[in-house]
Amino acid sequence: MEPIKVHEGLVYPLNRANVDTDQIIPKQFLKRIERQGFGQFLFYNWRFDDQGNKRVSFNLNEDKYEGASILVAGDNFGCGSSREHAPWALQDYGFKVIIAPSFADIFYSNCFKNGILPITLSGNNVESLIQRAEDENYQLVVDLENQVVKDSFGYEEGFSISSYQREMLLNGWDEIAVTLTHEAKIEQFEQNL
Amino acid sequence: MAPKTIVEKIWEKHVVHQEKDKPDLLYIDLHLVHEVTSPQAFEGLRIHNRKVRRPDRTFATMDHNVPTRERHIIKDQISKAQMEKLKQNCEEFGIRLADINHPDQGIVHVIGPELGLTQPGKTIVCGDSHTSTHGAFGALAFGIGTSEVEHVLATQTLWQVRPKTLNVKVNGRLGKGVTAKDLILAIIAKNGVRFGTGFVIEYTGDAVRSLSMEERMTVCNMSIEAGARAGLISPDETTFEYLRGKRYAPKEEAYEQAVEEWRSLATDEGASYDATVEIDAEEIEPQVTWGTNPGMCIPVSACVPNPADVTSASAKEETERALEYMGLQADQPISSVKIDHVFIGSCTNSRLSDLRKAAEIVRGKKVNHAVQAIVVPGSHSVKAAAEAEGLDVIFKQAGFDWRDAGCSMCLAMNDDVVPPGERCASTSNRNFEGRQGNGARTHLVSPEMAAAAAIEGHFVDVRKYKTPAFN
Ligand code: SF4
Repeated sequence: MEPIKVHEGLVYPLNRANVDTDQIIPKQFLKRIERQGFGQFLFYNWRFDDQGNKRVSFNLNEDKYEGASILVAGDNFGCGSSREHAPWALQDYGFKVIIAPSFADIFYSNCFKNGILPITLSGNNVESLIQRAEDENYQLVVDLENQVVKDSFGYEEGFSISSYQREMLLNGWDEIAVTLTHEAKIEQFEQNL
Repeated sequence: MAPKTIVEKIWEKHVVHQEKDKPDLLYIDLHLVHEVTSPQAFEGLRIHNRKVRRPDRTFATMDHNVPTRERHIIKDQISKAQMEKLKQNCEEFGIRLADINHPDQGIVHVIGPELGLTQPGKTIVCGDSHTSTHGAFGALAFGIGTSEVEHVLATQTLWQVRPKTLNVKVNGRLGKGVTAKDLILAIIAKNGVRFGTGFVIEYTGDAVRSLSMEERMTVCNMSIEAGARAGLISPDETTFEYLRGKRYAPKEEAYEQAVEEWRSLATDEGASYDATVEIDAEEIEPQVTWGTNPGMCIPVSACVPNPADVTSASAKEETERALEYMGLQADQPISSVKIDHVFIGSCTNSRLSDLRKAAEIVRGKKVNHAVQAIVVPGSHSVKAAAEAEGLDVIFKQAGFDWRDAGCSMCLAMNDDVVPPGERCASTSNRNFEGRQGNGARTHLVSPEMAAAAAIEGHFVDVRKYKTPAFN
């Protein structure tokens, strides 16, 4: 996994709450047995109509959000299905950071396994970020080492994250390899089963 | 000793390693696997030259993709490849598999309990969010992503932060014709789709105690729709009776010993929770969802909400968008909504007792001419048991399609799809946009409500519905 330390990128605002993983990646794309290539199907039913044409009404299709890598959305982002295809699709599309007032538990932990940083900011913060990104070409700098989000106009907001998850992203760890350093303890545990 | 909750007790028994400022390394007793969320995990093992640590604690089946008729002809080549991949992976790594033709095949959350794999006190995971279902037995069971599937395959453990506990206390008793499905829908409608986020829910109270095992599974199944990764119920005599004699449950003397241990898991009198919500069972009516998440739910006697009555701007917008997607008018009585499809199935409501209750409603009646209705049993064995008592005949005579076991129209990965703009009364658990097909409109209900809607062509209060079951 690629480590994240500081990331600077264009912000894409998705002004909706309860965005579920069925919307992030619809079920018809879950039949693939690969991990790559899901970006083209991200938000598929919102981005494309029945004929496969882009829906102009959905803002991710606007030119100004091309190349966006920071997604800002409403409460409870990633609820529903546990499908890791959701972070795979977001990551493959180019998103590295997701900012929301709250995340669903399984989605939140899936992000860390795929080099995506989910950041929880207050509802007020998120609202103003969404507003800025809707109004103009808006860039943010996300500094994981110092745990702050900032822009070049003086906005700066700290965020919290567990030290374990922070380390995992900063170092791009293979979690299984870390766990296997505790193998003797697992064996010992199994002997008492 | 300080009184403890069942969650604390199970947790403490499973910690392999603990360190300051880190999650706990938790041992996993049972890992259930299905075809959709596992191929990339097995591939990861191969890339790193790793083995499955405990094939004996791993059990696989095929459910999401399987056709529910003419099952040997799998037309969809990509689905077929995914199922074949699971078969290869299970062979290569030595994992038991109930494949499409196996008598144990079924929805992963139906067969675990049925085979007695699911037991009180176990930690159970699966690459599927409805793993919470197994909590009905007093197990700590939760859904995981594919990276975690790989992690469990390789190490039989997971790094987990100790969850907070939420007591959902249901007082009193459910009324006649009001089901476990109505109970969980009403809980979510009242508290919202994220009140359980970060918590493990324990369902307590008289109404919960009087539920059967299958009803408890329905309740725990939908914990994830409240945001909780896991939901459980302390085990009691109902649990022990259900498991007695099940294939993978301990036998004879060992069973009695196991029961003693299981009994001691139940939450102690006076144990404290991080949060508690209460609800009165008597207040609950049969429920119908009107919107695009399970919290958008009203009693069958009520009217669809009006965005004008919603105060917060974002909730107003959400309501408007949901009404538009669902093709509903504000303030329209939900009972006036005409349906095109009925789906009785899914890991929420496809067990024998669900089918019995639905059959009771349709016995001797005919499905409305405008409605296409299917029954998809949760497993091969549910299907066989239902056929042994003639339920298939009752359904078929009424005009239902009687299918083979699988997830089917719950998420429409196979051919069982609701066409765009059409409306389905469904006993499943998610009414998200496009869940049952692109543009499909889903209303979640109990099996009884779905059966009555199939006959009438629109939603009706099943309690007023004249059937032998309620007279
Ligand atoms: S029945 Fe539906 S919710 Fe249950 S496991 Fe299958 S797809 Fe998931």
